Amino acid sequence: MGVEGKNIQRDITSALFLLPMVIAFLFTILIPFAVGVFYTFTDWTGLRYTEIVGLQNYATIFRQNDYVYSLIITVVFTLLSMLLVNVASFALALLCTSDIRVNNFCRASFFMPNMIGGLVLGYVWQFVFNQALTPFVFEKTMLSDPNLALFAIVIVFTWQYAGYIMMIYITGLQTIPEAIIEASGIDGASAARTLFKVKIPLIANTFTVCVFLTLVNSFKIFDLNFALTSGAPARIVGGRPVSSTEFLALNIYQTSIGRNLFALGQAKAVIFFILLAAVALTQVWISKKSEVEL
Amino acid sequence: MHKTRNFFLTVIGLIWAIIVLSPFYLVVVNSSKKAVDITLNPFALPDGLGQFAENLSNVIGNPNFSFYSSLTWSALVTVVTLTLLILLSSMAAWVLCRNKTWWSSMLFMMFIATMIIPFQAVMLPLLTVFRTIQEITGIQMLQSFWGLIFAYMGFGAPLTIFVLHGFIKNIPFELEQSASIDGCSPAGTFFRIIFPLLRPVQVTLLILNGIWIWNDFLLPLIMLGLSGRVKTLPVAVQSLYGTYIRQWDLILTAAFLAMIPAVTLFIFAQKYIIKGMVEGAIKG
Repeated sequence: MGVEGKNIQRDITSALFLLPMVIAFLFTILIPFAVGVFYTFTDWTGLRYTEIVGLQNYATIFRQNDYVYSLIITVVFTLLSMLLVNVASFALALLCTSDIRVNNFCRASFFMPNMIGGLVLGYVWQFVFNQALTPFVFEKTMLSDPNLALFAIVIVFTWQYAGYIMMIYITGLQTIPEAIIEASGIDGASAARTLFKVKIPLIANTFTVCVFLTLVNSFKIFDLNFALTSGAPARIVGGRPVSSTEFLALNIYQTSIGRNLFALGQAKAVIFFILLAAVALTQVWISKKSEVEL
Repeated sequence: MHKTRNFFLTVIGLIWAIIVLSPFYLVVVNSSKKAVDITLNPFALPDGLGQFAENLSNVIGNPNFSFYSSLTWSALVTVVTLTLLILLSSMAAWVLCRNKTWWSSMLFMMFIATMIIPFQAVMLPLLTVFRTIQEITGIQMLQSFWGLIFAYMGFGAPLTIFVLHGFIKNIPFELEQSASIDGCSPAGTFFRIIFPLLRPVQVTLLILNGIWIWNDFLLPLIMLGLSGRVKTLPVAVQSLYGTYIRQWDLILTAAFLAMIPAVTLFIFAQKYIIKGMVEGAIKG
C-alpha cells in the first residue's frame, strides 16, 4: 500500500470513529439548543409554531413577577449553600486529614449521600421534616414557612454535597508537602496560624474549584427542589401568589411542562443558560488571572 | 495534649457521622412499620421483620412502582449507555487528539463549549427534535429504551471526550508511529495499542457517568413519562409518590429499595468511587 492508500485508510477510520458521537451530540445538544433559541422568538407550543413574535416572550417574563422572584431566591439559595457547603466541607476535610483512627469511616459516611439521587433524598427529607422532626422536635414543620423552607433546602443540599466537596479539599490538602507544615511548626507557628498562613494560601486553587462547583450546582438544583418542596409554600409578592421555594430550574419545568407554555419556558431556559455561562466565564477568567500571578 | 485533641476530634467526627447517616436509619426502620406506627414514633426500632415483608410485597408488586421491571430497565440503561459511551468516546477523542486539522480542533472546541449548556436549555426542543426524527425515519425515539440511550450518549459526550482527550494527549505519539511502520492499520493501532492504555481514565469515567445516569430523573421523566412501558427507578419512585402521597410506609419502602443498589456498590467499592467522582469533578 502506498502513502496515498494509507492516508485514505486513515481518513476513513477517522470519519467512522467520529461519526457515532458526533451524531449523538448533534441531535441531543447542538440542534436542540439552536432550535430552542429560535423558538423563544415564536409562539411555539411544544409541537409547532405559527408566527414569529419577536421579543414578546422575554417581555412577558419580566412583566410577570414569578421568574424574577425565582431568580432572586435562587441567588439567595446559591450564595447560602456556597458558603455553608464550603465552610462545612473544609472543616470536615481538616477533621478527616487529622490522624484520628475513625477517619476512614467518617469519610465514607460523609460521602455516602452523594450515591443517592436528589429525587429519592428529597422524599426522604420531606419525611424527616414533616414526620420525624415535627412534632417530635419542632412544633411546626420548616417546610410550611417560606423562609424556613428555603433554609431547609440549604440544609439538605449541604448535608449531601459537603461530603463530596470535602473529598476535593482532602485531595488538595494532601498535596501540601509534609516538610512545609513541619517547618512552620518548628518556627513556632500555632496550629491556627499554620492553617491560615500556610495551608489555605497553598490550596487557593482548590478553593476556586470548590466555590465554583458549588455555585454552579446549587444554581442548577432541580431534583431535590422538585421532591422536597415542589416550590411550596405559597407567598404573596406584589399582590399575587408565587411559589416561595421554586428555583429557576423548577420554574422553567413548571412553566413549560406543568402549564404547557413552551415558548415562555424556553425563553426562561435561555436566560438561565446566559446566567450560567456568565458564572463559567468568570471562573475561567479568575483561574487565568491566578495562573499569571503564580 | 495531642491525645485529648484527638479524642475530641474523634467524638466530633462520630457525632457528625451519626447525624449524616440518621436519615438512612429512618428509612430502614420505618420501612418495617405500619403507617400508624410510623406516625406514633418514627425513631423507634420496628417490632419485627414481619411488617417489612408485607411492605416489601406491597411495593414490589405495585403497578406504579413495578420494582423488578424498573430495576432491570435502570440497570440496562446504565450498562448499555456506559459501554457505548466509553467505547465510542475513546474512539472519537483519539481522532480529535491526533488529527491536527482545523475542523478537528473546531469540533473539539464545540464539544467543550457546550459543557456550560444546562439541561433545561435543551430539554424542550429535544422532545421536538426526537419527535421529528421519529416521524421522518420511523425510529422510535421517545418512550423508547434506545432513544434514551442515544440521549445519554449525547449528554455524556462533552465531558467524557474532554477527559479522554486530555489523557490521550500525554501518550507518546512514537508508540503509534512504530505500530504503523510495523504495518498496523489505524484502527488496529487504536484498539491494540491506545485503547488498553486508557483503562485508568475509563474507570473514572465509568464511575462518574454511571452514578449520574443511575440517579438521573428529569431526562427519563420527560422522555419516558410516568406510566410508559420503559421506566427507570427514579421515575418509578416518582410514579409511586404521585399516586400514594404521604403514605410513608409505601414511599419509604420504595426509597429503601431504590437506595440499596447504589449503597451496596458504595460499601464494596468506595475507594474507586470516591476517587472517580473527585477526579471527574476536578477535570470537568
